[in-house]
Amino acid sequence: MICYTISRLRPIMVSTLSAYAALSVQELHVSLSGAAILDGISLELMPGERLALLGESGSGKSMTALAALGLLPSYAQVAGKVAVNGHDVTHEPALSRPGPARPAMVMQDTLAALNPLATIGYQLIQPLRRNGLGRVAARVGACDLIERVGLRDPEQILSRCSPQLSGGQRQRICIAMALACKAPVIIADEPTSALDVITQAQILRLLRDVTTAPGGPALLFITHDLHAAAHLCDDALIIDGGRVVEAAPMQRIVTAPQHAHTRRLIDSAARCGIACERLYA
Amino acid sequence: MSFLTVRDLSHSYRGARRMWGRAPDLPVLQSLSFDLAAGERVGIVGMSGSGKSTLLRCLMAMGRPQSGEIRCNGRLVVMGRPASLRWYRRVVQYVPQDPVASLEPRMTVAQLVAEPLRRLRIDCDPQSRAQEALESVGLGSQYLSRRPDELSGGQAQRVAIARAIAMRPAFLMTDEPVSGLDMTVRAQVVQVLRDLSQTHGTGIVMVAHDISVVAALCSRTMVMEHGRIVEDRPTSEILKAPHHPHTRQLLEAAPPLVAAA
Repeated sequence: MICYTISRLRPIMVSTLSAYAALSVQELHVSLSGAAILDGISLELMPGERLALLGESGSGKSMTALAALGLLPSYAQVAGKVAVNGHDVTHEPALSRPGPARPAMVMQDTLAALNPLATIGYQLIQPLRRNGLGRVAARVGACDLIERVGLRDPEQILSRCSPQLSGGQRQRICIAMALACKAPVIIADEPTSALDVITQAQILRLLRDVTTAPGGPALLFITHDLHAAAHLCDDALIIDGGRVVEAAPMQRIVTAPQHAHTRRLIDSAARCGIACERLYA
Repeated sequence: MSFLTVRDLSHSYRGARRMWGRAPDLPVLQSLSFDLAAGERVGIVGMSGSGKSTLLRCLMAMGRPQSGEIRCNGRLVVMGRPASLRWYRRVVQYVPQDPVASLEPRMTVAQLVAEPLRRLRIDCDPQSRAQEALESVGLGSQYLSRRPDELSGGQAQRVAIARAIAMRPAFLMTDEPVSGLDMTVRAQVVQVLRDLSQTHGTGIVMVAHDISVVAALCSRTMVMEHGRIVEDRPTSEILKAPHHPHTRQLLEAAPPLVAAA
């Protein structure tokens, strides 16, 4: 089976690498009620790599994420292979998967992602306790994580509930929770769409920092924002109608798009006032 | 003469309750004064919590400011009963941020666009005017019988714009009309607004946190920070030489812009 490795972007035999990949998706077909949603998606994400998944609404970006997370509806028909950290989890729903084969998710709607009735401390300490830490060590670990994601006064943050935090603070907490899970891969689905531009830049920098750190997780960044993708990722897959239409380094996607659909995305960005040719100036 | 005049507009929200004493007031708008000329395209940018949406609510008479006044063609605009604001709604219309939530799910697209024409007692055939408005935003007759849950995000946003422009208003107030839409649909919505302004001379106020969309559409930009307008100049000048540090911060976080070249 042939697919593009994201690190080198040349066709290779997938089976040689997938044992080491943080996330490996091979020829994934998903259909819901007879309608094909994904039509042969393949991608490989090695530890520490950052890959952007770009496409229009309804192109299949989020469905690829749901397949990787094990959150597809029970009636979905799935063919192909999804492996996380070397474990084949194609037909495993999220909760049946072993711990090391569970990707972490960072969502757009942080209010919906966090429990509004539980304190941040409770929600952040749970995954640390599950990883075997004692009560005190987990609290210290939670404070460390809060400082690592750039928030001050961790003890006060731990005692608050999610509606008492700003959107940017909540997104930082979601990233801290993803790190607390020690997940091999973070899947971020439009994590900056609901934030203002300055907070967006801070969150993108944070995602870059946590994935660049030694032993940091890989990142699958789902977005339709070319600027955010160019800021964060080295490589990109363009998806249209459930298929990968172009796989290339991000700089080439922006400066020399090959496929007609990619060119249309770049043209649309230009009509919205973004000078794509100067993203890499 | 300016179309809309805003003078000393101030508003504050009540802060969190305290055990003793009165809850503190949190100022959201601090003595804002500006004029909007007919047909002008104005962008209001700023971070979350800077007061953009509160200002828009006051401009739409959906909230009563604590002090200050808004005049439209010299006539005072005061929040009140729908009937007392009918004259204002005929000339100033609103496009909300979340179009799907703003469209009544049980009505068809044709009913949704024709409804305000009836409510505001516009002298026309509501059905044909609705069809005309929908065509001007690129939605053909096949969409007339659809309901909101059968529309994509971009189509729902265009229905919301059609509903607002069916009245042929002089000004359109839009609250983040393209955030949440993908780049292709965003370009379509920007084009619809630009065509509307160029062909009918409709003025546009666009609240956005994304300065790139404002740069693509608006000739004048207001930058808000902590309830104040810190910079109000032509967009091209702001992009080339921002004066205020907050404007510089916003521009640094934004992608490189075509208009700034």
